[in-house]
Amino acid sequence: MTNPFQYAPAPESRSIVDVAPSHGLFVDGEFVDGTGTPFKTVNPATEEVLSEIACASDADVDRAVKAARRAFTRTWGPMRPADRGKYLFRIARLLQERAREFAVLESLDNGKPIRESRDVDVPLAAAHFFYHAGWADKLDWAGLGPGPRPLGVAGQVIPWNFPLLMLAWKVAPALATGNTVVLKPAETTPLTALLFAEVCRQADLPPGVVNIVTGAGETGRAVVEHADVDKVAFTGSTEVGRSIARAVAGTRKRLTLELGGKAANIVFDDAPVDQAVEGIVQGIFSNQGHVCCAGSRLLVQENVHDEVIASLQRRIGTLRLGDPLDKNTDIGAINSAEQLARIRELVDVGEAEGAHRWQPACELPDRGFWFPPTVFTEVSPAHRIARDEVFGPVLSVLTFRTPDEAVAKANNTTYGLSAGVWTEKGSRILAVTDRLRAGVVWANTFNKFDPTSPFGGYKQSGYGREGGRQGLAAYLEGAQ
Amino acid sequence: MTHVLDPGAPAAAVPPRREPPAPYRDVTRSDAAFRAFLHGLPGVDQVGAEARTAVLATRSIKTTAKAWAIDTAISMIDLTTLEGADTPGKVRSLAAKARRPDPTDPTCPPVAAVCVYGDLAGVAREALSGTGINVAAVATAFPSGRASRAVKLADVRDAVANGADEIDMVIDRGAFLAGRHRDVYDEIVAVREACGDAHLKVILETGELVTLDNVRRASWLAMLAGGDFIKTSTGKISPAATLPVCLVMMEAVRDFRAATGRQVGVKPAGGIRTTKDAIRHLVLVNEVAGPDWLTPDWFRIGASSLLNDLLLQRQKLHTGHYSGPDHVSVD
Repeated sequence: MTNPFQYAPAPESRSIVDVAPSHGLFVDGEFVDGTGTPFKTVNPATEEVLSEIACASDADVDRAVKAARRAFTRTWGPMRPADRGKYLFRIARLLQERAREFAVLESLDNGKPIRESRDVDVPLAAAHFFYHAGWADKLDWAGLGPGPRPLGVAGQVIPWNFPLLMLAWKVAPALATGNTVVLKPAETTPLTALLFAEVCRQADLPPGVVNIVTGAGETGRAVVEHADVDKVAFTGSTEVGRSIARAVAGTRKRLTLELGGKAANIVFDDAPVDQAVEGIVQGIFSNQGHVCCAGSRLLVQENVHDEVIASLQRRIGTLRLGDPLDKNTDIGAINSAEQLARIRELVDVGEAEGAHRWQPACELPDRGFWFPPTVFTEVSPAHRIARDEVFGPVLSVLTFRTPDEAVAKANNTTYGLSAGVWTEKGSRILAVTDRLRAGVVWANTFNKFDPTSPFGGYKQSGYGREGGRQGLAAYLEGAQ
Repeated sequence: MTHVLDPGAPAAAVPPRREPPAPYRDVTRSDAAFRAFLHGLPGVDQVGAEARTAVLATRSIKTTAKAWAIDTAISMIDLTTLEGADTPGKVRSLAAKARRPDPTDPTCPPVAAVCVYGDLAGVAREALSGTGINVAAVATAFPSGRASRAVKLADVRDAVANGADEIDMVIDRGAFLAGRHRDVYDEIVAVREACGDAHLKVILETGELVTLDNVRRASWLAMLAGGDFIKTSTGKISPAATLPVCLVMMEAVRDFRAATGRQVGVKPAGGIRTTKDAIRHLVLVNEVAGPDWLTPDWFRIGASSLLNDLLLQRQKLHTGHYSGPDHVSVD
């Protein structure tokens, strides 16, 4: 029987946002041309070119760092903390006022569904500014020592999976603690950062406090290695994180790294099954699985394996993949051709290694970068799909028999960013989470974020925390 | 009007316990076994259930999908009046509206049923004869259910004799909350028998069961006992139908059919007043249990004021502008 209830297209209008054909760098409060070779950013859902973006050379980055240094010594550093807070509150309010614009632009440039950019990314980004605005004049009471002082200029490099949200995670605490910023957005998703630059101007933020330099890896390297940068914050792949750690080693620079993950989502046999299935779906398929803390390994107790997988497959069959701007879309586009190739490669490896691949009947659009939600069962801890971060909508299912085995398997990874535990038994939640080596452990939920809660990893997932009181320490002298 | 209740009649013998369908035949063999079964159903995490319905509530149903949803919702309504002040005149007027909800537009579908107290079922029967619209009657000492079983069964027989096609019974919430699950079960079985050919909707009164775990257990209990529909509420207790409650009930009928092969319908009732609410429920049915439930045979909405809002939205879709409350009939 064909379903009589076919949702008609419900696209969010693009007209709210005006994408300029070319974008410059944001340095010292002005938009300026870059001296590198410009590059193009595309809509991954259609491969349509959205805009040409300036590329910052070493000289451009140097100008940005000098502007940030000037702002730190002359305006932002000496400013009364309460006044710094006022600017942050103003930015937070502007993010809310222009929320639809940011959401549409984020979905255009990144490929994520408008439902997520509208209901998750943008509201959370504003929440981070509100939260940190409140800290600006209360740092003496943050429990981080007496009279904590800012570090100076922060060089920040952020990824393409949550472009605006990762900007907020980096910029808000840096500014609240009195630092100035040179930020490099990812080359495939620079547009919301540049719209944020406009918000900085609208908020009358003094020139040089926030500088945005666009470009690829070379620009990022220039930011990280610049001699006058006091603090480096990076979110991205473990591979790049490692090279940044090498570059920063032996300098006075402080460093925080938020890298990859291969989180275990542990489902015990007494879990609330329907909500656990929701959590599994949310954990690995939201944002097309482009989430460093994604629950990419499902550890399910063997005695409920078949029931949970049947339920999961039925649920995945109801996910709606397609136009990211349609308000009813659950799964959008893969961010780039490069990432799509990486996902395909690992999925092929998974099949070659003997795991069983399952995908729902799912039509993919002709143009753009797409990958259907994928579940691998019969995965062994030795398989690469159980060890390597796919960073895509690919779930590996493993089983366990006892809580000890669940903990051992969950911790058997080179990463340690996040984990999830599903059980109706409160004591088991406490006992298991205590033994998980992961920075964030969710109980009976997954991928929930809040600016008051510190986020960060163990092992190759990086070090340092972002958010909460602990996140402030990364930007303050003497506090660690 | 026929009345079969004779207070002097001897209490009917307790009927033998009917077995639940396979593979659950033995779960009612003892109080302990039944409790173990119901409490062994997977728990419901309330925060997670609310989060799920909040996401489903963001579905944007527009143009052709909205037109389909409005007409489908109208055809699923159990148009209800359950007041002490109900009269034959009021019931006839409601029946007229049930047949032609929008007198200006013959393409507007009729509702599924008219729902009244049992003593007025005969009036409704007469007013609806030949229309295909069912007469539903509440029974079993509705809404509290606080009467002896003999009185409840007499209430049911009376309503059926008066011409009710569907009986909306209430479960004994007191017995359920006290853990006497087999009493609740036996009563539903007895009412089922008293219904004869009439369809049985079992009202759980979820506002008094409070937790979603209880909603799931009561849903399973009612399905095992042979209810044709499970229904959220009487409409006399707040909160009545909510999206998380409906979610849990749709999960229950979905899982029950997968396990036993028997499909059971769902009827949220009370509190669904706007087109938006109704469409959210249809989205939930569609995405949780699936399109098999998207017909009046398997999904009903118990409501009175909802119909007028659906009609106003329907007129808006057809004409492009909103009219006002004077363009639809008062009940």
